Amino acid sequence: MVTPSFLWNVCKSSFTFGLIGLTISDRFASIVPVRGLSMSPTLNPHESTSLGLFTDDHVLVEKRCLTNYKFSHGDVVVFCSPSSYKEKHIKRITAMAGDWISVPYSYDAVKIPEGHCWVEGDNPTNSLDSRSFGPIPVGLIRGRVTHIMWPPQRVGKVDTRFPKDGECLVCYCIIIFL
Amino acid sequence: MRLWFGKWTAIAKESVDRAAIFAKFLCLLHVTNTYIFSPTLVYGPSMLPTLNLTGDVVLSEFISHRLGKVGPGDVVLIQSPENPRKTITKRIVAMEGEVVSFLVDPSRSEKSRTVVVPKGHVWIQGDNIYASKDSRNFGPVPYGLIQGKVCCRVWPIDCFGTL
Repeated sequence: MVTPSFLWNVCKSSFTFGLIGLTISDRFASIVPVRGLSMSPTLNPHESTSLGLFTDDHVLVEKRCLTNYKFSHGDVVVFCSPSSYKEKHIKRITAMAGDWISVPYSYDAVKIPEGHCWVEGDNPTNSLDSRSFGPIPVGLIRGRVTHIMWPPQRVGKVDTRFPKDGECLVCYCIIIFL
Repeated sequence: MRLWFGKWTAIAKESVDRAAIFAKFLCLLHVTNTYIFSPTLVYGPSMLPTLNLTGDVVLSEFISHRLGKVGPGDVVLIQSPENPRKTITKRIVAMEGEVVSFLVDPSRSEKSRTVVVPKGHVWIQGDNIYASKDSRNFGPVPYGLIQGKVCCRVWPIDCFGTL
């Protein structure tokens, strides 16, 4: 029987669960679906079909890193897009502040300013990343991806790996010549 | 013996209930401080004469920037692009697509530059252009770094009111 006091109790419980869920997802960790192929083969290795939400990878994004903003090379992070604050992207950090990065298709090298980082997708042919919009401020990062939670056959830790050896070689050569 | 055990479980149950109420209160505090409004202490010379050098407590709200309703003339709390752990208070001078003309170094020369603010970015400046490190130094900042909008000052009491 639906009485006013029953409805009031339901409202109170859902409000409490909402507050607790929001606090946990802001401060500890949350699970988000990954759309797009820019991080293949690490995330979403297969072409997404019409059943997108069921076949997409769902990852665990931990938020404890946002107290210190201490990130390192190879971390996969979720960040707000610098050209449109409502969209969030997932890419891998390939260079931190103070590193030199070679600009593609030219002989220039760019030094990453203080408080910024360079993000790239693991699938360079299909990725909109720092090669287009430049280094991003670390303050735009909203979490670090640690594990894949869905689909069940791909459950596991997302590994952090260093950038390709070719890029590092260019950076070291420039520093020696300077 | 059974009486002692019963008393112990009653105490344990009451402390778990109290801890649950305390945890719910902390969650409510977090949600209010992140999504609704919160008092903030701001200090520094870069917003003189609007804000005092030694420190003011201002009430900042966190709803407008999520709805995209901050615009030129608003004083906002923004994460510094040079140090993500620092929050700075500046005024928005121009939004994306607008043209900004500014004095490069007002205390030394009359030279000025003109810049178009790129998409998704804002141009921020401190009210005290002689002692402020802002977009004239580090360029336009992405809108996603805005944390909240300052609506009024609550301390010191004699300066109570909107800015």
